[in-house]
Formats: sequence, structure tokens, C-alpha cells
Amino acid sequence: MNDITKELLSMISDFDEKFDGAFNIREDSSCAGRKSTENIKIENKKDEPGIEIHIKPGTKGEKVYIPACVTHSDVDDLVYNDFYVGEDADITIVAGCGVHSDGEEDARHNGIHRFFLEKNSHVLYEEKHIGVGNGTGAKRIDPVTDIYLADDASMEMDTVQLSGVDTSIRKTSATLGARAKLIVRERIMTDGNETAKTEFEVLMNGEDCAADLMSRSVARGNSYQEFLSTLNGKNRCTGHSECDAILVDNGTVNAAPALEASHLDAALIHEAAIGKIAGEQILKLRTLGLTEEEAQERIIQGFLK
Amino acid sequence: MLELKNIAWSLPGGEEIIKNIDLKLDDGKLIVVTGPNGGGKTSLAKLIAGIETITSGQIIFDGKDITKLDVTERAKSGIAFAFQQPVRFKGLCVHDVLNLAAGEELAELAACDLLGKVGLCANEYLNRELNSSLSGGEIKRIEIATVLARKAPLSIFDEPEAGIDLWSFSRLVETFENLRKQGTGTLLVISHQERILNIADEIVVIANGRVRTAGPREEILPSLLQGEVAPFCPYGKEERK
Ligand SMILES: Nc1ncnc2c1ncn2[C@@H]1O[C@H](COP(=O)(O)OP(=O)(O)OP(=O)(O)O)[C@@H](O)[C@H]1O
Ligand SMILES: [Mg+2]
Repeated sequence: MNDITKELLSMISDFDEKFDGAFNIREDSSCAGRKSTENIKIENKKDEPGIEIHIKPGTKGEKVYIPACVTHSDVDDLVYNDFYVGEDADITIVAGCGVHSDGEEDARHNGIHRFFLEKNSHVLYEEKHIGVGNGTGAKRIDPVTDIYLADDASMEMDTVQLSGVDTSIRKTSATLGARAKLIVRERIMTDGNETAKTEFEVLMNGEDCAADLMSRSVARGNSYQEFLSTLNGKNRCTGHSECDAILVDNGTVNAAPALEASHLDAALIHEAAIGKIAGEQILKLRTLGLTEEEAQERIIQGFLK
Repeated sequence: MLELKNIAWSLPGGEEIIKNIDLKLDDGKLIVVTGPNGGGKTSLAKLIAGIETITSGQIIFDGKDITKLDVTERAKSGIAFAFQQPVRFKGLCVHDVLNLAAGEELAELAACDLLGKVGLCANEYLNRELNSSLSGGEIKRIEIATVLARKAPLSIFDEPEAGIDLWSFSRLVETFENLRKQGTGTLLVISHQERILNIADEIVVIANGRVRTAGPREEILPSLLQGEVAPFCPYGKEERK
């Protein structure tokens, strides 16, 4: 594992020379370390690049790390990772991706993740994306996430992308069984000429399933963000999506939350708010002794926390 | 000492809101500003805090001319201001704002002590976000606590009583009395409440953008209270004719 990978790992996870638990480290399209545990088996896929992660039924409280790093330009990494989470398991998956570019060519990671959660299992999925390095080549991260929740399964997805990724397109789709629950918390900040696009599509098939999508974003400089979400209620269910965006400088945000219901008892709500930081918020912090810039940074920091 | 020298403030359209006010606020005193709605009390407070800028006159604080200082600089020079209408934030919790106000990481005990002064329990509130989930009275009391946290030489409270329940209000009056006894800073409280007027060293009545009358409590209060049941405040705009 090279030094850039080590540095990226410490930025996107709690890596400190090692991981506690099962892990697979991907570095520039190859494997830089792997460990399976008694309950969590990680193995190569046979027909395409990527891994399969099998979590035994009933596994509780374990963590699995699957970070991916691109450490230089001219890497276009494409990987397919599948997670099979057994019945009643309750685990944390720490993903995350760091992209470092040092030349003119693009550095890109494209991770296609599929999650199959069996009955009554629960996954907390944490993912942090970051771009670093002075190369002129674009730093790109384009994650695709497909989630299948069996009856009573639940998944919480916590994603953060705060700096340095030039373009990203994130596509997340989920299919929910009866009483299944999906919670997504997304935080994005773009600056300069960066663009970030997120697309969610949730099929709410099972009776009494629930989905809650919360996106908070800050667009600074000349950056551009797009938020598209579709909640599709096909049964008695509750769905909520919320996009809250702050504009700074000449940032642009386009939010288009969509709701589709084909069942009388589907209760779907969406909220979207875009605007600059309220002047009175800045003023209040200034009366506490902060400068205008400090006040703005503090408000953004809290908003994206 | 804060000295307002013939200050005036007009709106861009020309309407004069504050008209030639001269005032001296002595150190360590509790000064209560009262007067009819729309008389100019909040405007005066904002001019002192630098949120609005006077169009003429001079403001001297601790011997320094602060007329040209902006909000941040005035805050740093020792002026704290509790808004009449507190601001809500998404993503900042009570503890964060108290820390910003105090200029340091407050230990839980210290934060607890501050919230106690406005009748709030730290266990319940320290980690609450200052968002729209807080009730009007709750956010008002937190706003007051942020100003107490600053321990500033001059603290301005704009209608601290507004929306606050009886019990918290009693606690607040006690807090003001204690601060006054300690005499470590000057307190400028804008209020319509008799219980607050009762603990003032001095009372200033502002109406129609001017100081109608000002002086020691013993002198001002009796005449103020005479008008208590009148259909309008004796110092109000009606009197102008
Ligand atoms: N920015 C502004 N634009 C227009 N009018 C203003 C502005 N600020 C204050 N005013 C007017 O100036 C007058 C004084 O307002 P101010 O808020 O200072 O009154 P107040 O004494 O604090 O009243 P209250 O007791 O209701 O709080 C009011 O008539 C108000 O409408
Ligand atoms: Mg007022």
C-alpha cells in the first residue's frame, strides 16, 4: 500500500495503520489488503472486477471496511461489489473513496455496489468521498448503489462529499419489502467549477415500508449541483424526502424531488429549500464577535455536520 | 461608560426614526429603557450594537469613539446584544452557540450554570439544535443565555420578558438583580415589565424616536405608573400634538 493510499484512508475512515475488523482495500484497481473474519467472508468475484461480501445470519456489532483509493491520474477504476447480509445481522459497513490526481489525465473511481439485506437485518453504511492532489486531470467519483431490503430489513446510509471531487454522479436505487426501512443522509459541498449530481429512486413495494431521504448541500464558487429523487409508493407506506441547500457566491442548485403513488394509503412528502445563508444568522454570530467570513464558515460547518 | 452624543438615524427614504438622542450610561448600572411600541427602543439598541449605523452623532464607549466600528468590532470591544426576535439555526446546537458566545469551549458545568440563569436545564437543552423545533420561550431564553455567556462590559437585552413563563421570568429578574449587585458590567434592558422597572437604577423613556424623560428610578417610575391604566402611554405619540 503506498503513502497516498494511507493518507486517503485516514481521511475517509478511521484508518490508523490498520483496520479493526474485516476489510478489503482497493488501490488503483487492485487489492492492497484483505481480511475476512469468522462471520464476514470477503472473496473475489469470478466474472468481473470486484468482491463479494457475505455476512453470516445473526452477526452483530461487527464492522467491515471496503475503501477504494485512486492514487494518481490516468486510472479509470470500475468495480462491482456485492454485499449479502444474512437474516438478523446488524453490522456497519464503512466504504469511502479517495481520489488523488497528479497529472493531466482523469482519475476516476466508479463503484457499483449492490446490497441484499435478508429479513430483519440492519446495516449502517458510511461513505465519505474526497478528492486531493494538484493534477489538472479531473477527479471523478461515480457511485451506483442498488439496495434490496427484504421484509423488516433496514438500512441507514450516511454519505459525505465535502471537497475536491470535480464531478460526481451518484445513483442510488432501492426496493423495499414489507416494513423495511431506508434512511439516507447525504451531505455535499461543491466549490470552484465542481459539479455533483445525485439521483435517488425508491420503490416502496412492501406494506408499511418507510423511506426518509435527507440531503443537505452547499454550492460555492461557480459549482453546480443537481438533486433528483423519486419516491414511488406502491403500497401502504410512508416516504419523506428533503433537500436543503445553501448557495454561496455563484453556486447553483437544481432540486427536483418527485413523488409517485399508486396506493391510496401511500403517504409521501417532499420538501426542498434553496437559498443563501439568512442575513440575520450572520448578524447574530457577528454580535458574538465573529467576522462575517467566520460566521459564514461556522454556519456552513454546522449545516453539513 | 457608554455615551450617545446627539445621535440620529434615518431610513434611506429619509424618515427619521431616532432623533437627536443624548444619553450617558454609567458603568455597573442597570438601565431600563421603556416606552410605547414603535417608539425606537430596538432601533436605539441596534445602533449601539452596530447592526444599524447612525446617520449623525457620535458613540463613545469606554472613552473610545466606536461610531465607525462594525458589528464584529463592537462585539469585540465589549458590547453584547440579545435580540428581541432570536435567530434560529439549522445545524448549530445550544452548546455550540454558547461556546461561540463565551469564546471558549464551555465545560458542561459552566454551560449548565448559564442555562440555569434563564431557568433551563442543561441536560435537556445543551444538545438541542437551535432550529424551529424550539418553542418561542425556549429560544428566547437561550438567546439571553448567549449574552450572559459573553460576560461583556455592556449587555443589552431587548424585551427579555417576551414570551417567557412566570417562573422563568422570576428567575430572570433574579439573574438581572445578581448581575447588578456584582456590578461587573452595565446592563441595558429594554422592557415593559414593572418587575424589571422596579430593579432599575435608571429609567429611560423613549417615544417617537426621542428621549422623553430619563433619570433615577425613584423619580421616573411613579409618574410612569400613573398612566398604567390609561388607554395610551402618557409619553406616547398622542402626546405630541
Ligand atoms: N428598517 C426599518 N424600516 C422601516 N421602518 C423601521 C425600520 N426599523 C424601524 N422602523 C420603524 O421605526 C419605529 C421604531 O421601531 P423600533 O423597532 O425601534 O420600536 P420599539 O420601540 O422597539 O417597539 P416595540 O416596543 O414594539 O418593540 C417603528 O415605527 C418601526 O416601524
Ligand atoms: Mg422593539
